[in-house]
Amino acid sequence: MDITSMTAVEIGKKIKAKEITVADAVEAAIAQIERVEENVHSFVRIDKEGARKRAEEVQKMINDGTLTGPLAGVPVAIKDNLCTKGVETTCSSKILEGFKPTFTAEAVVNLEKAGAVILGKTNMDEFAMGSTTETSYYGETKNPWNLEHVPGGSSGGSCAAVAAGECAYALGSDTGGSIRQPSSFCGVVGIKPTYGTVSRYGLIAYGSSLDQIGPIAKDVTDCATILETIASHDSKDSTSIARESYDFTEGLVAEVKGMKIGVPRDYFTEGLDPEVKEQILKAVKVLEEKGAVVEEFDLSLVQYAIPAYYVIASAEASSNLSRFDGVKYGYRTSEYEGLHNMYKKTRSEGFGPEVKRRIMLGSFVLSSGYYDAYYLKALRTKALIKKAFDKAFASYDAIIAPAAPTTAPKLGESLSDPLKMYLGDIYTIAVNLAGLPGITIPVGKDSKGLPVGMQIIGDCFQEKKIIRAAYTFEQTKSYEAPELAKGDR
Amino acid sequence: MAKQYETVIGLEVHVELATKTKIFCSCSTQFGGAPNTHTCPVCTGMPGSLPVLNKQVVEYAMAIGLATNCDITQVCKFDRKNYFYPDNPQNYQISQLYLPIARNGYVEIEVAGQKKKVRIHEMHMEEDAGKLIHDEWDDTSLVDYNRSGVPLVEIVSEPDMRSADEVIAYLEKLRTIVQYLGASDCKLQEGSMRADVNLSVREVGAAEFGTRTEMKNLNSFKAIARAIEGERERQIELIEEGKQVVQETRRWDDNKESSHAMRSKEDAQDYRYFPEPDLVPIIISDEWIQKVKDRQPELRSEKLERYKKEYDIPQYDAEILTNSKHMADIFEEAAAICGKPKKVSNWLMVETMRLLKENGMEPEDIDFAPENLAALVELTEAGTINSSVAKEVFEKIFAEDIDPKAYVEEHGLKTVNDDGALEEVLKKVIADNPQAVADYQGGKKKALGALVGQTMKTMRGKADPVAINKKLQEML
Repeated sequence: MDITSMTAVEIGKKIKAKEITVADAVEAAIAQIERVEENVHSFVRIDKEGARKRAEEVQKMINDGTLTGPLAGVPVAIKDNLCTKGVETTCSSKILEGFKPTFTAEAVVNLEKAGAVILGKTNMDEFAMGSTTETSYYGETKNPWNLEHVPGGSSGGSCAAVAAGECAYALGSDTGGSIRQPSSFCGVVGIKPTYGTVSRYGLIAYGSSLDQIGPIAKDVTDCATILETIASHDSKDSTSIARESYDFTEGLVAEVKGMKIGVPRDYFTEGLDPEVKEQILKAVKVLEEKGAVVEEFDLSLVQYAIPAYYVIASAEASSNLSRFDGVKYGYRTSEYEGLHNMYKKTRSEGFGPEVKRRIMLGSFVLSSGYYDAYYLKALRTKALIKKAFDKAFASYDAIIAPAAPTTAPKLGESLSDPLKMYLGDIYTIAVNLAGLPGITIPVGKDSKGLPVGMQIIGDCFQEKKIIRAAYTFEQTKSYEAPELAKGDR
Repeated sequence: MAKQYETVIGLEVHVELATKTKIFCSCSTQFGGAPNTHTCPVCTGMPGSLPVLNKQVVEYAMAIGLATNCDITQVCKFDRKNYFYPDNPQNYQISQLYLPIARNGYVEIEVAGQKKKVRIHEMHMEEDAGKLIHDEWDDTSLVDYNRSGVPLVEIVSEPDMRSADEVIAYLEKLRTIVQYLGASDCKLQEGSMRADVNLSVREVGAAEFGTRTEMKNLNSFKAIARAIEGERERQIELIEEGKQVVQETRRWDDNKESSHAMRSKEDAQDYRYFPEPDLVPIIISDEWIQKVKDRQPELRSEKLERYKKEYDIPQYDAEILTNSKHMADIFEEAAAICGKPKKVSNWLMVETMRLLKENGMEPEDIDFAPENLAALVELTEAGTINSSVAKEVFEKIFAEDIDPKAYVEEHGLKTVNDDGALEEVLKKVIADNPQAVADYQGGKKKALGALVGQTMKTMRGKADPVAINKKLQEML
């Protein structure tokens, strides 16, 4: 039995049926990590012993009937910007080297309550700033489909780990596409929920008004199940919303008859790789054949999303990251003279170039004299983008878009031109600005054999609709793992 | 002829609110406590932690806003003020800039019989910072986050005050209002009320304001008055010498009675304020405002009128008693216990005020239990002790909050009411002072006083002088 090729829900079922033990699932994951991690480098920290110990505890609770949920005993990987009590959490940055949180992120607590076994922390772009996982202080992660390519980012480690079979599923975070874009590059499924659905308590903030935690897995069923587990109304997060319903798995229905799907013309113009475009339009056709009503429309304002996003996210980041100063935790420079020199040296040495770039950009747009011209204007743009989506959702149940303009680029190609890298976020960031849910599912591959993902966007709180559309498409195309994950099987 | 100058003063007053827990977490706000014991991930700025607003802070702020005639901002928001300093664990302070909770208010003050309105520009809520402790020996600094996240309101006045007297009157008025609302104890020494003075001078009749400075580190009303006088003179001197007043923040040193520049506004920090994304806007409904209004406790003016009516206390006395909420509370409790409001009032008006003045204390510093004052009134009313003993006992109550009944018992201070015992003493006094007796009997009525004094001395003050007087007259 090849456990690493199974979905999380399949593993959970087998454990429940006593066909396999939690230890079997964990050992299979560890064996896979030992086999592929050297090449992929999905993780920044692997806790084999902790996972083995936890497997025993969870097995006991399953045996005595305390744990009965679908994810009990299933091994998971957690993005390194989610706090895990007593386990080093660094955001893949030097400045948090050695930092062990005193509490666990609410989303992870929810998973632990459901019997999850944590294998380790996954690599990411430093402080989630980047689209390739190359800005990590701990080295880049590689795409399991082709080790010369990036896995995308910033949740590149989580997506690569799922694709490589190193874990059954993973948690990521999405501020401007950080779940959906790497899911596309790695050929896995990822959901960015409606803002406020998953508690941000314990998520080390990048852009607070845009950050959301979400699931990454092999299929839609897993993602809906995981989202149902991690979502909660949390009084510790003031932006957390008490939703009427958390039954995301109710959306797992293979039926789109009469569903109105909008395809924004603005998203399928120049700049989009023709091969990517072709794969997505083919998938749209599939849904149309299944009975969905597909219509092209003009979303408008698309070109303003990138500047608005980089102004808002960088502004919030410049403030959020000011607490990393060498005073209380993490890295402090070894030699300094006085307080200001300590601050300066610690932050100069502790942050990487992309993080510094965004801190400077964010500080600039908030400076007096520039606030109105940049930050305030960006906030107004954000409101207009939300309005444009509101208008679209008055007519459509879901909007289909690419997740990225291309398939995964080669390692080293992106960082030299940050502006070009920022433009790669064009299809994902508007969703964060408007607080909407979005899901990425694999729909095919390009001529290089790299996965192409399709993004389905829903109105606020309408996750079930996009889950239904994604699930319906998924019935026509079974999950494909990269060769690397299959090993000698 | 020398030029005449006018002083123009505006105040920024910080008031620490009396909530049990901090503004954005559930840690205790208690003063003192071992360093970093009243802390959690939120108030120490741990990565991943998030603030959750304490509703009581909004209610206190609303109550103060309403009592100072402000408009309540019904959609109000928090903003981040960014600056690096180790006492500020996140390196930003959560405060309010764009939509503060209250605006456009005023309080009425009275100086030398002249009534005047001091306008309030705005009032906002914010979190306090931690405390840095510098170890000179070790050349290190330590930080205590117990105070980090303690709720504050900052009340910003318009530049409406023209003298130190007006400033003190304004501060006293604010303090009384806030204390009566129960929103803060307003102790300047402990820092639960802090005032920064913005001051400029101009020639009398000038239309424009002069360049202002901001004075910090003012820990008492006296320091504030001295600082205002000092700064006024410093600025006038500069102007007379033809120099410029520099817009800057200055720190007052009350021991040296002088100030020095902390930083000038030219190289002032840019705080890069922006809306706090971790908190949602506060929506204040009309119903909520009404609820806070309904819950508003009796304010000073109401209490003053009630004292006059209910206890038959004169205007002046009622003013003194109600000037401090703490004093008024002691008065009401003690009066309720012993049922003698006028007697209680006397002790507070005369002896308490004298002792406060002698010790350089404020009414807030009164530290005795109302029960003990009530017991003292009962002891004197019952004639158990005489008035001179009572004064002595009261000093003990004031200083050490002793139980007067136990104290009188222990030290044998009871008035001797036993006629037999008194007669014995008087016989001896008469025998020992033949000259005085002769004088009295010869018509010198004054001589009786000497005999009474002798008797009191012999009985170590424990007798009732009225009783002695009467008995002596009988016996002679």
